[in-house]
Amino acid sequence: MAALIRNRRIASDSWQPLEPQRWLQVGEDGLLPDFPDRADLIVTPQLWALRREDLLARGGRLGLRLEPGDEPSGFAADLEHFALVAVNFPKFGDGRGYSIARLLRERYDYQGELRAVGQVMRDHLFFMESCGFDAFLLREGEDAQEAIAAFDDFSDAYQASVARPQPLFRRRAGAK
Amino acid sequence: MYVYDEIDQRLVDERVAQFREQTRRFLAGKLGEEEFKALRLRNGLYIQKFAPMLRIAIPYGMLSSRQLRKLAHIARRYDRGYGHFSTRQNLQLNWPKLEEVPEILAELATVQMHAIQTSGNSFRNVTTDHFAGVAPDEIVNPLAWCEIVRQWATFHPEFSYLPRKFKIAINGAIADRAATGVHDIGLHAVLGPDGEVGFRVLVGGGLGRTPLIGHVIREFLPWRHLLTYLEAIVRVYNLHGRRDNLNRARIKILVKDRGPDEFRKEVEAEWAQLKDGPSTLILEELERVALRFTRPRYEKAAKAELPKAGPFAAWVKRNVFAHKVPGYAAVTLSLKKTGVPPGDVTAEQMEAIAALAERYSFGELRVTHEQNLVFADVRRCDLPALWGELRALGLATPNVGLLTNIICCPGGDFCSLANAKSIPVAEAIQRRFDDLDYLHDIGEIDINISGCMNACGHHHVGHIGILGVDKNGEEWYQIQVGGNQAPASLGEVIGPSVARAEVPDVIERLIECYLEEREADAERFIDVVHRIGIEPFKERVYGSTHQEPAHRERQLAAA
Repeated sequence: MAALIRNRRIASDSWQPLEPQRWLQVGEDGLLPDFPDRADLIVTPQLWALRREDLLARGGRLGLRLEPGDEPSGFAADLEHFALVAVNFPKFGDGRGYSIARLLRERYDYQGELRAVGQVMRDHLFFMESCGFDAFLLREGEDAQEAIAAFDDFSDAYQASVARPQPLFRRRAGAK
Repeated sequence: MYVYDEIDQRLVDERVAQFREQTRRFLAGKLGEEEFKALRLRNGLYIQKFAPMLRIAIPYGMLSSRQLRKLAHIARRYDRGYGHFSTRQNLQLNWPKLEEVPEILAELATVQMHAIQTSGNSFRNVTTDHFAGVAPDEIVNPLAWCEIVRQWATFHPEFSYLPRKFKIAINGAIADRAATGVHDIGLHAVLGPDGEVGFRVLVGGGLGRTPLIGHVIREFLPWRHLLTYLEAIVRVYNLHGRRDNLNRARIKILVKDRGPDEFRKEVEAEWAQLKDGPSTLILEELERVALRFTRPRYEKAAKAELPKAGPFAAWVKRNVFAHKVPGYAAVTLSLKKTGVPPGDVTAEQMEAIAALAERYSFGELRVTHEQNLVFADVRRCDLPALWGELRALGLATPNVGLLTNIICCPGGDFCSLANAKSIPVAEAIQRRFDDLDYLHDIGEIDINISGCMNACGHHHVGHIGILGVDKNGEEWYQIQVGGNQAPASLGEVIGPSVARAEVPDVIERLIECYLEEREADAERFIDVVHRIGIEPFKERVYGSTHQEPAHRERQLAAA
């Protein structure tokens, strides 16, 4: 099973991703299926757009799963409803999620859990954390214990980021 | 050159440890071929035809004697005793062993060097004018800016997995010796109306499969905003650049598809959000970086009485350039001696060059994108002595700017991407034009050769460009005419490709045509092409248009 790291620790996962098709299909009774009331559910933008009121009427928490092509600005106004945003990395080298993370944190002030999912390997973790991710659902087969060491691959960075809001040159200047 | 502080050094050391661990995981079978590829490329390690190739970064082309000695040691200890200076101002080793690469990187780190991001889909080595800081036509010394951009581009957390590679060039002089028009981003350091430093920003140039000239998207960007503006450009690219097709993934394609105006609007909208944020540069940083550069202690040099004729004078004419400090000159060491692959240097030569740089040029040198070396700060009165030493090393060929100063990629002899060999083509041309007087008479001309359309030999911007192509498993060569580095223009193909043995003949015919058409000795080959167009050149090579098919058949029959 894929391991989850949250705040640099191996963590258990209460979140349940929902396939939109199943929840958008009208049953024999002519009604859309009811969502589980207390579970923590991760929904797609489509499901969110089509069943927003039903999702908000429940007791459980909500998460949103974004694909790299989704525009974060499109969800800025809704972020208050989500305790988790998952950003998918469909390929090892697809770097759009890094920009999405910074935008969510820095521009839209998103404070909840920001989770990297998909092709997430230890070699990505340092940059992902810098860009604002605090949770990482590792790719199947990744050793979580070994992966945690990767957060310390580098002791500093030149650039401003979510993890280091001041770039190194400002910190250097301030330390004088 | 820039001297690391402890944080710069620590990051490079940490990178060595990281790559050592990644290599260990790969060799232990814990990391797949594909993933390791993406990681090793970020450390300059390719798997080539016969062996891995390691590309070592030489940031904006600056090297110290100490570093060059280390490179000589590495070439000897881990490779076959030579290295190849590339058109990206880097050094390539063609025969390292994969399992020894972490050791090589550790050795490099001891002299403040690395192979970080010399390949892969991230920021590449920042390049600049090889006469930066010494050129008489300089407006702004670009070196501190190069270093500031280098630091910003190193391990950028948001931009380490871009759609494709990304090259930034910075030029600070009137003449553009950094080819800024054919980079993903080109920056011209200029002075604003009140004397403030700023940048003209070009985006979307590049060679390769789809050669395009960059567009100016901002005429003047005050220096404080340099990094936030770069961040805006690259964020738009990172989010919207194509990732579905490797050949359409460079920023030039995004700029082309959006149109430069629309692209500019998107960048400006993003920048409006980033402007004046924490990445806004501060004067303290500019001063700190500038002060970490070594500076030559120029002396009041003795007046030099230099011979006005003979081989020394010919060398001065071609290989010695003016300097902004009186009594000094910049000297190009030609790595284009006939019979030696362009840009190749042996370990022995590296050591000898390191010693000469210490004696004649404050222990520093530069690599040019034309694959030569430069001693930037030589006393004019020392020129005769230096010339003698360089001659003994085979580094004083007086051909800078001339036909035999060919830019040439490693090609099919080494590179697994190549469709055709390029080094033997360069050599055949050099042998054909072996008369120095004739070369001087022909005057300035750039011949650039690439072994495939990836264009590492910059064939599109050669006055004559030669591109190796593969036709049914055979090597053929397409000839272009009319390219220019700065102001950038792209060459036009003059006709069907020719067999390798015919290339020198074709060049000879092009040169004959030029010599007949030129109106004065000062009118260069490229000036004539611009004045009369490529038709006369085409005809000279292929005969009149209706003869082309017949010519083609003859060639095929001969092939």
